[in-house]
Amino acid sequence: MDHFPGTWGRPRNDVYGAYDASYLQTTGPKAHTSSPAVTGTSVVGVKFNGGVAIATDNLASYGSLARFSDVKRLRSFGDNAMVGFGGDVSDMQYLDRLLESMDIRENYSAHGNMLNAKNLHTYLAKVFYKRRSEFNPLWNHVLVAGFDGEGEPFLSSADLLGTTFSAPHLATGFGAHLAVPILRRKFPEEMPLAEVTQEAAVEALKECMKVLFYRDARSIDKYSIAVITKDGIDLKEDEQIQGQSWAFAERIKGYGAQVV
Amino acid sequence: MTSIGTGYDLSNSVFSPDGRNFQVEYAVKAVENGGTAVGIRCKDGVVLAVEKIITSKLLKPGANKRIATVDRHVGIVSSGLVPDGRHFVSRARDEASSWRGTYKGPIPTNALANRLGGYVQAYTLYSSVRPFGVTAIVGGWDSEAEVPVDGQVGSGPKSGSGGKVEGAKAGGPGLYMIEPSGLYWGYYGAATGKGRQAAKAELEKLDLTSGNLSLADGVKEAARIIYVAHEDSKDKEFELEMTWISSVDGPTKGRHEEVPKDLLEEAEKAAKRSLEGDDEDEEDKGQGEQMEE
Repeated sequence: MDHFPGTWGRPRNDVYGAYDASYLQTTGPKAHTSSPAVTGTSVVGVKFNGGVAIATDNLASYGSLARFSDVKRLRSFGDNAMVGFGGDVSDMQYLDRLLESMDIRENYSAHGNMLNAKNLHTYLAKVFYKRRSEFNPLWNHVLVAGFDGEGEPFLSSADLLGTTFSAPHLATGFGAHLAVPILRRKFPEEMPLAEVTQEAAVEALKECMKVLFYRDARSIDKYSIAVITKDGIDLKEDEQIQGQSWAFAERIKGYGAQVV
Repeated sequence: MTSIGTGYDLSNSVFSPDGRNFQVEYAVKAVENGGTAVGIRCKDGVVLAVEKIITSKLLKPGANKRIATVDRHVGIVSSGLVPDGRHFVSRARDEASSWRGTYKGPIPTNALANRLGGYVQAYTLYSSVRPFGVTAIVGGWDSEAEVPVDGQVGSGPKSGSGGKVEGAKAGGPGLYMIEPSGLYWGYYGAATGKGRQAAKAELEKLDLTSGNLSLADGVKEAARIIYVAHEDSKDKEFELEMTWISSVDGPTKGRHEEVPKDLLEEAEKAAKRSLEGDDEDEEDKGQGEQMEE
């Protein structure tokens, strides 16, 4: 029995000879835009009673190289909306300028109705979808945090395909695997939003950032955290992960000066 | 109107034998009938104000704005043909946005005035177009603090070489007035429209050149000047529209915004009071003369 399903249904080598791989195209145009270059890792966000908290670390990696250690991936938009960017940093810069120009145009009409986080999320998702449909995606996964039209806390994600997803707590990249389970344990589904305090949300984010720093090789121990409430945005961009314990590393291969 | 019948005023871009472009001069006439607009360059900001003559009771008060925002830090008020003014503002916004596209930062006020001057001047050159029927006042604040480039994500290495001059003075207020010929100058105080003569006389009394007038006082003065300039056309009702741009650490944080309602009302009240004060003085004098008789 041939245990490689990839060869099933193909002409038998003993009858037709080995497949002539020279027909396969080995060269072609280099598509730089279809893969990211300098990237940021996870974004984590939590809704609480009266707002949203969101965090990212301050690293931009070039492949596996920790290239830029002072990169701010939380960008504010208007008075109380925030976008956290994961993925390609240059695409993030493009989006930042795009949103900036939109903000300027919005201010021309003096009606005072600013775009809220929900509007912003819808717009971003449509930009992502348009670009992926042109086979020229913006290589990002973003979380948009702020308030919706009814003034309720809003948190939603949009990715490079234009996929959108909302939940009381969200994370992108590695965080989707490592941070979301922690957040689900801390804030279970049956727990009403009214019981989630700002302090608990911020505490949870800090713990998530620590776990992500332990286990995500593309992360760093400096991070940014923003708390969005009706009063505005409280953004701290130069935080340090506190209370680390690397005691577990002693018993694991690959850490420190161990040889075997 | 010595030009009438000579034929030199029939086409744009044609000089008369004594070196005048009559179409441009007629455009200036259109401006001279527009509502008075003033701009004051203060030490910590710029104020723009305009007298909006109420042409119909059916117009909603406070709507139909005449002062426009360009980018975030520039305001434009114009006097003359309103639609020409709107097209002018639209061009200014395009210029500001194209500047951002190239330089990833806000356009300096002087650069914007320069580009707009060039644009307006181009409308004096061709027989297929007419000059702008507006004189526009462009006021802006160029950030005195260092602003990050649009999309900047970090600050780079903390040590190593760098070419910055410590303590260099940057930014500040800017006020320019662009005329239908494309001519523009930078001003301490600018006035255009119907009441410009009275407004200019009042502006000259303010001693703006010493750079001591604060933005808060500038707001009051601008309101008063519009009221003074309105004296000659007292039979018509008007509405005062006023905007300001403060320094980055001031009330508008370097943005062009409408003057808040309470401040505007306060300034209008003070303006009315100062005018009434003048009238009372005159009345007193009149009574005195009568007594002597």
